[in-house]
Amino acid sequence: MTLRDIVALLEAEVLYPEADLEREVPCAFASDMISDILMCTKEPTLLLTGLTNNQVIRLSDMIDLTGIVFVRGKKPLQDVIEMAEERGLPIISTKFTLYRCSGILFNAGLRSCKI
Amino acid sequence: MAEYWFIADGFEERVRENLQSELEAEVDLDFGIPEKDFNTAGKGSSELKNLLKRLGVDSDILRRIAVASYEAEINVAAHSQGGVMKSAVYDDHIHVRFVDEGPGIADIEQAMVPGYSTADDLVRELGFGAGLGLPNIKKNSDAMHIVSEKGASTLLEFIIYFS
Repeated sequence: MTLRDIVALLEAEVLYPEADLEREVPCAFASDMISDILMCTKEPTLLLTGLTNNQVIRLSDMIDLTGIVFVRGKKPLQDVIEMAEERGLPIISTKFTLYRCSGILFNAGLRSCKI
Repeated sequence: MAEYWFIADGFEERVRENLQSELEAEVDLDFGIPEKDFNTAGKGSSELKNLLKRLGVDSDILRRIAVASYEAEINVAAHSQGGVMKSAVYDDHIHVRFVDEGPGIADIEQAMVPGYSTADDLVRELGFGAGLGLPNIKKNSDAMHIVSEKGASTLLEFIIYFS
């Protein structure tokens, strides 16, 4: 599954125009707690979260994130979007809840990341 | 002062030797960590990871170092009155020390229990305060050492081997 497929499934908005949507997404993880995210990702992972502060982007310096989906209609501020862009980290925003997003992607065949 | 030690099985001898050795580090990297400054918190760990990547450290080891370092850096920013992060890179391992200005950990054993957190509302709002910081550092380290007490500064250090 590519990020472009995920944008369509979640009716999401891409948060900066040059985001690489052709990237292959092997698995996903969903959480609003930073330590949970750090504990659970050992492989390239799509992150679904309601957190929009700069530390979410900084996480991608530590672990391998293929992209971030901001749920519940949340959008980070412009400086946070720029942080993602500088790192070439695709970010998208959807109105769907974390639960609904997880269900849609799981049903479409996106597995949970190894923990 | 209360003290906590964790050394992963099979690493006891190596850790003891490294801590007693007066060998100079090949690279030293120091960062200040201001209190409650979540714009800069984590930058030290990012820089450290970039440095180690350039030195050719294996990607799995790199992730373990970055996660342990980031958790510790956030702990200093979130829970202390500020501190420093001092990384010493040797040919086969890294030794990172975090020293803060207090106010210390009242009960280290309690702080090591997954899920236990003393984070305030500001810190929780940012997504921290899961109570997994110290357990996560331990999980990713080959050795971890904490010295602290209520009303004093805290030292947290960890060692991770490159192979």
